[in-house]
Amino acid sequence: MNVGRVAGCLVSTVKDPNLKGYKILLVRPLNEREKPFFALDAVGAGAGEVVLYCRQREASYAFSPEFVPCDAAVVGIVDELNEELP
Amino acid sequence: MRLGRVVGTVVATRKDPRLVGLKLLVVSILTPELKPDKGYEVAVDTVQAGFEEVVILCTGSSARMTERTKDAPVDATIVGIVDTVNLD
Repeated sequence: MNVGRVAGCLVSTVKDPNLKGYKILLVRPLNEREKPFFALDAVGAGAGEVVLYCRQREASYAFSPEFVPCDAAVVGIVDELNEELP
Repeated sequence: MRLGRVVGTVVATRKDPRLVGLKLLVVSILTPELKPDKGYEVAVDTVQAGFEEVVILCTGSSARMTERTKDAPVDATIVGIVDTVNLD
């Protein structure tokens, strides 16, 4: 899991039936070495918010027991981030 | 999930039996601004995407999470056709 900022959203009419009803958000990781990607929203995050996301297969577990084809999901909204890196 | 543009098709006669009936497309990767990015992906099409269309790709083991690709040896699937991308 990691943190990123919501930077946009995507509209798609024709999509896998299991993706229906979910928001697809553009997430820019706060770590700028990582590329932006699209993630399915599991928590109702909005534009500009700092969010917690997870990637790979575990992302689809956020929607369990549904069978959702997504490889990135927003799983939390960050209230505050205390960073103390060496 | 990443964006891509459909640029071609792949035809294979001898393949894993669980791939029979699946459409394979060559997808060129795009940035969120819809500019060409590095790389290509051969992806299974589950939404009847057409040539030059912008699509959303699901890669890795989650590519097997659609009805069509369940238990198939697949690591990239087209799961939607993009209408618009709104950037803040």
